[in-house]
Amino acid sequence: MAKNPRARTAKKTGRRHPLAAVALIVIGLLSTGGAYAAFSSTATADETGVVSQSTIEEGEKLFAANCATCHGAALQGTQAGPSLHGVGAASVDFQVGTGRMPMAFDGAQAERKPVQFTDEQIEAMAAYVASISPGPAIPDEEYLTGDSDAANGAELFRINCAMCHNVAGAGGALTEGKFAPPLGGVAPEHIYEAMVTGPQNMPVFNDMNLSPADKADIISYLTYVDDNSSPGGFELGSLGPVAEGLFIWIFGLGAVIAITVWLTAKAN
Amino acid sequence: MSTSTVTPPTRGSRFTAAAANYLDERTSISGAVKELGRKIFPDHWSFMLGEVALYSFVVILLSGTFLTFFFDPSMTEVYYDGEYLPLSGIHMSVAYHSSLDLSFEIRGGLLMRQVHHWAALLFVASIGLHMLRVFFTGAFRKPREINWVIGFVLFVLAMAEGFTGYSLPDDLLSGNGLRIIDGMLKGLPVVGVWISYFLFGGEFPGVEVIPRLYVLHIMLLPAILIVTLALHMVLLIVNKHTQFAGPGRTNENVVGVPILPHFAAKAGGFFFLVFGVIMLIASFFTINPIWNYGPYDPSPVSAGTQPDWYIGFADGALRLAPPNWDVHVFGYTLPFGILVPMIALVGLLVVVAIYPFLEAWITGDKREHHIADRPRNAPTRTAIGAAGVTFYAVMWAAASSDIMATHFMLTMEGVIHTLQALLFVGPVIAFIVTKRICLGLQKKDREIALHGFESGRIVRMPGGAYIEVHEQLDDYERWRLVSFNDYAPLMIRPNAKGRITAGQRMRAALSRWFFEDRIVPPTKGEIEHAKEHGHH
Amino acid sequence: MSQHDDEATGSAVEAHAPREVSIGTAIAPTDAVENPGMPPHRERVTDLDPRKDRQMSRRVVALFLFSILASAFAIFAYFFWPIDVSVEGFGTIRQNNMFIGIGLAFALLAIGTGIVLWGKNLMSGEEFVEQRHGTRGTDEVRAKVVKIFDDANKESGFGRRKLIRNTLFGAIAAWPLPAIFLFRDLAPAAEPHELLRHTMWEKGVRLVRDPDGTPIRAADVTIGSAFHVIPDNLGEAEHLLDAKAKAVVLLMRLNPAELNEREDRKDWSYDGIVAYSKICTHVGCPVALYEQHTHHLLCPCHQSQFDVANHAAVIFGPAARPLPQLPIEVDGEGYLVAKSDFTEPVGPSFWERER
Repeated sequence: MAKNPRARTAKKTGRRHPLAAVALIVIGLLSTGGAYAAFSSTATADETGVVSQSTIEEGEKLFAANCATCHGAALQGTQAGPSLHGVGAASVDFQVGTGRMPMAFDGAQAERKPVQFTDEQIEAMAAYVASISPGPAIPDEEYLTGDSDAANGAELFRINCAMCHNVAGAGGALTEGKFAPPLGGVAPEHIYEAMVTGPQNMPVFNDMNLSPADKADIISYLTYVDDNSSPGGFELGSLGPVAEGLFIWIFGLGAVIAITVWLTAKAN
Repeated sequence: MSTSTVTPPTRGSRFTAAAANYLDERTSISGAVKELGRKIFPDHWSFMLGEVALYSFVVILLSGTFLTFFFDPSMTEVYYDGEYLPLSGIHMSVAYHSSLDLSFEIRGGLLMRQVHHWAALLFVASIGLHMLRVFFTGAFRKPREINWVIGFVLFVLAMAEGFTGYSLPDDLLSGNGLRIIDGMLKGLPVVGVWISYFLFGGEFPGVEVIPRLYVLHIMLLPAILIVTLALHMVLLIVNKHTQFAGPGRTNENVVGVPILPHFAAKAGGFFFLVFGVIMLIASFFTINPIWNYGPYDPSPVSAGTQPDWYIGFADGALRLAPPNWDVHVFGYTLPFGILVPMIALVGLLVVVAIYPFLEAWITGDKREHHIADRPRNAPTRTAIGAAGVTFYAVMWAAASSDIMATHFMLTMEGVIHTLQALLFVGPVIAFIVTKRICLGLQKKDREIALHGFESGRIVRMPGGAYIEVHEQLDDYERWRLVSFNDYAPLMIRPNAKGRITAGQRMRAALSRWFFEDRIVPPTKGEIEHAKEHGHH
Repeated sequence: MSQHDDEATGSAVEAHAPREVSIGTAIAPTDAVENPGMPPHRERVTDLDPRKDRQMSRRVVALFLFSILASAFAIFAYFFWPIDVSVEGFGTIRQNNMFIGIGLAFALLAIGTGIVLWGKNLMSGEEFVEQRHGTRGTDEVRAKVVKIFDDANKESGFGRRKLIRNTLFGAIAAWPLPAIFLFRDLAPAAEPHELLRHTMWEKGVRLVRDPDGTPIRAADVTIGSAFHVIPDNLGEAEHLLDAKAKAVVLLMRLNPAELNEREDRKDWSYDGIVAYSKICTHVGCPVALYEQHTHHLLCPCHQSQFDVANHAAVIFGPAARPLPQLPIEVDGEGYLVAKSDFTEPVGPSFWERER
């Protein structure tokens, strides 16, 4: 895996960058381009598995229209965005497939938002990026079923992931306004792709660190957490004692004080 | 307890009489019932807060006893063979295993665990609020200073019970909490390492600490707590309850309802209501989902690792220390980053504990006080309270700095730096603002007592001028506004030897600080004078 | 308005002539407003209207009956929504918890509401006045108490026989001392701070993955990776968790160009791969939140931040020292191994740390 210095954008702190307005205009233009591309794309690849040359060409067009401004026409990167050499199809599928790319504004980190492209378009861009310079591929379906060893997955999750994403996947804070996002409802392929590519400031968990089977187990654990609500009742955001403390002060003590007021008020 | 009535006794009352007689001949309980049965309790919602604490404690005892039948504090290592899939086959202690089993395999077990934990949160919260009520109404003044200290001890015991309790399941969250305690203990000068070593029975985490905490949690601390609580109640009865100023209420009487039957009905009903509220919360809201946290292992940690709310101020104090603050003295290490927050915490608690004596020394007032102050009528005390609450709140907020950062889209560095500044500036601002507000309210009270309140009715005078009619208060309403204690700053006078001691100087300075700005209660003459003017 | 009649001896006198005590800096009012006395009693609707009274009593009865029903429902729920994870799934625990809880909660709330309504509306609403007496005992009683102590002192010779008294004090003071020694064995004999200086790491011990214990090749650790590591010999430890609590390590690979290394530690890393103790130098939480681009390590407990590119120096938060670095190298088979133990104690600062 090659250097992935998206650090340059990540290093900037402040929530509202002075260039936010400029960035917004650029994004407006970009998304118009995307929409144009969406309407103009009539032919999409039919075959699955093998990527056809036409898909790559389609991806090249989409890339040139939507990504090249920041990442460079030849994936070499610019002041505004990192090089995409070696990031692979997995990275494109994750970044574009979760709506993080194209970026809305130059914040602490790219955030999840509504996806701007169709699955076919994302596939095309992923194929194009992978064709220029190889990198992690989009994961096999067999690792994404969510029905392997959840107990092993939970243990690996606690050791490798929970310190940032919280034991129940509720997310957590990082330095300088960055954060590890909540994992509830994230598609299995995106979880897998995040582990292999290390988006933003997340470390890379390559197959020598967590084998594909390990990753499948982690996905199984997260699927289990998603599918099974807490046996104790509402979870209060799975945020732990802070949420519980606020709850008891506001609602518990609130209810009790309301009762005391009724109790000591004179009857009519 | 005699049932001498004119009507012939019914079967029921004959039985009651016989039972009462049986008991009295063996216990002479009639004396106690005569003393206490018709004791008068004043009515005010804020007087019920201590009861909330008492009742949550009863709920804690009931649910806790149920839990002890199923919980096993052993640190023996086992593999999980229970129903929760994401832990199956995982290595864990019997303590954690039995906590999972009592949650997942005992019908109603999880409910009792949640009742126990929610009740514990409510217990400490209601003690806190009760203390604030007592503080802001001056109900700690003579003769209740000792009961204030006893109550303070109860507050500390409640926190200790809470901490030892939530550490018992040996889950990842509480294990990391214990590790933080271990780190803080090790930081103590000279004896730190030894204390940690004794507590954990060797190196951290060891296999001793959970059984030891269990003994503290279910035996030693509850025993001390119950005895202290009993003392608190006895003194409450001896001192009788305070009451707010009102018509007919004086410093020499208590106005209210008798224990039997009216107050007993309210208080008894209130117990069921508090229990019901806790039960309702426990049936709908998860607390401490230990199955998510996994067994304790020194390697992992979860984002958002925080203690229960009442330990939060200590955790927050630790977060606010500046970086790189180890100090070396003769080759020994003093970790100021840990010690200074601990000193701040202990200092805050000590000030809370001794405040009644401090204020008594400053005023020199040796009278008994049974009329609760309205907070505005003791502006400096109220301002001190507000400053203390702010200091506590800043530390408390700091314990959730990371959650504030993610949920309000801030940087955690920004949150911490802001709170660091607020820790010093906040109490000062709170003091000044609160004092001004109190004096403002007092001024308004005085104005209303003298001239009535603005009715909003505009009347044209015969001469053509317009005036707003001021509605006068009746005597009962006015009394609430005008009856409060007034203090003047202390004048320094030489003592018998003709000297002025440093203590005297200090007392005078504090007295000036307390009572320099004051609003005098209106006198009878002033009110009559104002009335005459008002009527033309 | 009825006066609660109080027969305690002496109280009537006390109430009318309170003992003179210092009022301190309080100002004795000269022209104070007079207490207007108790306001007139206000009757409740249930006092005035017998229909309302009957209505209220019916309501109270209904609440108590409802409470019985709710208790019965809780028992019913215990059987009707049993916990049956293997067949019906995990949701059965939630149902069991919720339905038993609802039954119990409403049973309690209904009892409480019923009693309070009874008290507020149907019991006598009259307010009573009770006189307070000064908390201190009467002078007469106090004189008696003083005499009791005097007599006791005379009869026992407690004040006179000073030697007996003082040796008794000494004996009582000495008596708890043995207990202190008994508590010494709360922990086994050793110099505890010496234990803090050593971990399972030593020269040649392989760095293996937590928790499965597989060794790590240098080539496995790609740039931007973070591996959670334990020593290969951890299984040999007498107390596994005690040993693990000191030995856990985070392994990261940085671009060597971005790694700033001290001259004396140049050979502690391998081609940009560095290993740092995972135990925070503040109070010991695992520091493992690694940001691969900023190279910052963050502790989730108290937000201390360490710069991995710069010897894990503290850049924010309450930690006092950089994280200890584990010197590493590659063995003959290409696996990462330790060059030695940590060169300083891991974890929080303690008194004897620098000795």
